Parts: sequence; C-alpha cells; structure tokens
Amino acid sequence: MAKELWKGNEAISEAAIKCGCRFFFGYPITPQNEIPEYMSLRLPQENGCFLQAESEVAAINMVYGAAGSGARVMTSSSSPGISLKAEGISYIAGAELPCVIVNIVRGGPGLGGIQPAQSDYYQACKGGGHGDYRLVVLAPNSVQEAVDLTQEAFDIADQYRMPVMIIGDGMIGQMMEPVEFRDVPKRQLPEKDWATTGTDGKRKPRVINSLFIDPQACENHNIHLFKKYDEITKNETRVETYKLEDAEIVFVAYGTTSRIVKNAVNALEKEGIKAGLIRPITLWPFPSKAIEDAASMANVKMFLDVEMSMGQMIDDVKIAVNGKKPVHFYGRTGGMVPTPAAIVAEAKKILGGAK
Amino acid sequence: MLNDKRVRIITGHYGSGKTEFAVNYALRLAESGAKTAIADLDIVNPYFRSREMEPMFNEKNIRVISSSVKGLSGDIPALSPEINAAFHDKSYQVVLDVGGDKVGATALGRYHVSLDEEPYDMFFVLNANRRQTHDVEGAIKYLRSVEEGSRQRVTALVNNTHLCGDTTLEDILSGQELCEAVSRELNIPIKYVVMERKFLEKLSSSMQGEIFPIDIYMKKPWED
Repeated sequence: MAKELWKGNEAISEAAIKCGCRFFFGYPITPQNEIPEYMSLRLPQENGCFLQAESEVAAINMVYGAAGSGARVMTSSSSPGISLKAEGISYIAGAELPCVIVNIVRGGPGLGGIQPAQSDYYQACKGGGHGDYRLVVLAPNSVQEAVDLTQEAFDIADQYRMPVMIIGDGMIGQMMEPVEFRDVPKRQLPEKDWATTGTDGKRKPRVINSLFIDPQACENHNIHLFKKYDEITKNETRVETYKLEDAEIVFVAYGTTSRIVKNAVNALEKEGIKAGLIRPITLWPFPSKAIEDAASMANVKMFLDVEMSMGQMIDDVKIAVNGKKPVHFYGRTGGMVPTPAAIVAEAKKILGGAK
Repeated sequence: MLNDKRVRIITGHYGSGKTEFAVNYALRLAESGAKTAIADLDIVNPYFRSREMEPMFNEKNIRVISSSVKGLSGDIPALSPEINAAFHDKSYQVVLDVGGDKVGATALGRYHVSLDEEPYDMFFVLNANRRQTHDVEGAIKYLRSVEEGSRQRVTALVNNTHLCGDTTLEDILSGQELCEAVSRELNIPIKYVVMERKFLEKLSSSMQGEIFPIDIYMKKPWED
C-alpha cells in the first residue's frame, strides 16, 4: 500500500482496528483526543463498540470486562488520565488479561500542561498502580513505528496475557508523518481458553479474578507472574543503537527525544566529536544489556541521558552502567522540547570537563 | 495574490498543510508591501498552529491575532474579540487560518454576519495523501462539511499534496489530477499549486492554477 500522511493519534487508532481491536473505552483529554474521536467514527463501521465512559476509572474497568471475555480492546489517555486508570491496570495485570493502553504523555505533575513530555516513565515502568506487576511498555519514535508497534502490542498482550502500554510524548500523537500500514509478522498465539464467553451449559464457568485471599496462593501467583516477566525480558527487549563503534559519549534517549539526539550526534560528528546513541524501544523490559555492553567499551568515556523530564529513565541507565562510567543528564520539562543545539552544547560541556 | 479578495479564508483537512500555506501566504503578502494580518482560528488542534510563528510574524510587521487567552499552549477554545478587526479595519490584507474539519470550521461560522458584508476568498487546501480526501468523493464530502461548519462557500481549490519530507513530484501531480476532477465536478477553480522550491525546476508542463512555491516553517524539533 502506498504511503499516506497520518496524524499519530489517528494512525495508532487505525492500526488497532487493523489488527482486530473492536472495543474502545475512554474519556477525553488533550493531547490524545483524536484517538477516541477516530474510534467513535470507525468502530461502528467495523461492527465494534466505542463508548465514552463517565470517567477514566469506569473506562479501564470496561476494558477489564471486554478483555475478560477474550475481545481485543484498547483504551487511551494522557498522563493524569492514566493515573486515574492505575488501579484498574493493576487489576488487569493481576487477572492476567490482555489489553492495550495508550498514554500520549503531557507535562506534569498534577494537571500540568498539554505540551509533550516524558515524565510518565516511572508511572509506566515502575508501578503506577499497586503491587508487583509489569506492563510491556513500547516507546515509538515515529508515527510509522507507532503504527507497527500498536499492531504488535495486541499480539504481545495475547501471547503473554498481560496489558501492554504504548507510550508516546504529545508529539507522537499530534504530528503528521508518512505512514504505510503493513502487516506485522504473525505470532503463534495461544487459545483464549480462559475467556468468559458463556458456558452454554456445557462446561464449568471460568472465573477471572485478581483476589488471592490465601497468602501462599497470592505469593505463588506473584512467582508465576515473574516467571512470565523473565520470559518477556528474554524475548521482547528491543533497542536501537547508532554509531556506538567509536563513540566517546553515548546518549540514551527514547521516543521523539531520540530523533533530536540523533541530530545532535550527527552535528557533533561534523565537529569531530564521536558520539553514539542507545534508544530503548521497549522501556520495559529495559534494554540493560545494550547499555551494559556499551559501558564496557574502551572508547566510551561517559553517558548522557536525555529526557523530557527531570530524569526518570536515568535510574535504569545507571543500574545498567553499574558505576563503570559516569552518567550525566540533560532534560527539559513541562512541554519544553530540547533542541539539538542545546544537547550538543551539553555534550561539549561535560566532555570538556572530563579531559 | 494581491488580486485575491481582501479577506482570505484558508481551510482544509488537518494534515493538508493549510497552516504551512497560510504562513507562507501571509509572508508573501507582507513582502509585497501589504499591511497584513493573520488570525489563527484553530481552536481544535493543540499543536503545530500558526500562532507559534508569532515572533517571526512580529519581525515582518505582520499582525497576529490568536486566542485572547495568553500562552501558546492552551487548549481553551476561546476566540479573541480582536478577530473582528480583520473585518472592520479594511486597511489590512487578512489571512484567516481555520481549523481543519467541520468542527474546526464552526469557529468561522460565528463570523458569518461580517462575512455576508465582506467579499472573501475561501481556499480549500487539498492533500491527496490524506485518506479522507484521497479521492473525488471523499474530497467533496470533506469540502462540503467544512462549508457547512463555516457557513461559507469555498471559492477556490489549492493543491498541496505532500508527504512531509518524503514528497515527490508524482505526489504533486497525482494531487493535481484529483484537484482537477474536484474542480470539474464542483465548478470551483484551482487557484494555487503549492510545492517546495526544489520541485520548481522539475516541472515540465503547465497546470491549472498558479504555482505557489513555499518554504517550510512548521518544523518538527529534529528538522533543520
């Protein structure tokens, strides 16, 4: 199919429909409103169901219900709305139900602003809701990658029976880019033999629950979940590396920030400074090994983590670097977007200090 | 373009590039010596709006009228009373950048009383690479819905078929075919064919409408 121009939010929605999502429950908030708007137009055309819930809390629990019946279901929101959904997300993770949650991140904390940010890394990767659980967190850096990852997100969710989050800063949702809708590689997906689809009087009812009153049973469930998380870490970790071979300074950045950093890497190269980039595509599982390996390279003197936050992913970068090399930070917040020039200046400043 | 009516209304699907066209158009007007004002009536889109170009417009003595609520990044659907100046102060050549769909165009509908008194041009910017306007039927449906929302009539088409940085001459030419078909169907002329300057030398045949070369101002943070 030929390339078309798509707005990120609409492209994510169409990608979800393309891979069989027929249910969407949500509540409006900028800068993700085009997702519910698009779904409200398209899902009825596909005999699906769009419902604007009375709140985010209601919406995520509708997702729980639809996922429990084996349907492909999605919800979306932006930062404060995801906070409201956090309880439901924990329940869905606990009940081992597949679904896709989109967070088009805006500046925080609190009501914050509507411009792009990356300050929901902790929320996505370090809990958000209560209990020991994980989400697979996919962080596209273009509209095309958002389309590809959204389609894959439903397969990952079904394969491992767990919620998958697509996280994009506001720009991923709002910008227009050329897109080609292409098929993602097919996965062997297990039967949904747990779904509550009605017994027809022919089998025992299936029960979906996240309640384990017996402490041993609850611990067993946690251990079971973490075995699954280990498997996902092994199979699904994704990362892009750029010009690491002879880099003195290695940037770590995800989402649209990585594209700004890539410009900075190229600008530094023109000035004779060798820089490289590690871009986590999965924020969880985090690509620790790629960073660990770079930290062991003799040419690498230091890391510079760049985020549109006060520094959240940097914790995982530091754990992976494990003290082998210094890890520096540059960030903008509240909807301010770093410029390639500022990143270049920061890199020069810290490299100068190291000599 | 000085022959266009004093009030130019720029409409088109989100992603048609109407804001890029509006920005270039206003700059061209100002360069030709006209006293120019641009009003941003987009109360739907929270990002990539013409009001973001305010510092550059100020430099070129172009009057910018946007929301009465200060701050670039609000999503408060407020229209400034200053927009009335566009209709009342006839010393200005005016560019109105209107939101991209029926809902967005509704903001313009509020000014129908002024527009009844004022001859205007309303351009419908068309990008054939947007799914909802990629064929004649879709484009006409969209154009009609914008007319309905805005309570005004489109007076001319603008071919701005593009794929951001991936645009080819073929894109522009296939967009032109679509525009010509829409033009025949609705009996509305094609006024401008918009393209980045790099395509000018590649053009071999003449086409309906005036070639309108543009520079890209609405850039993403990683675009030089």
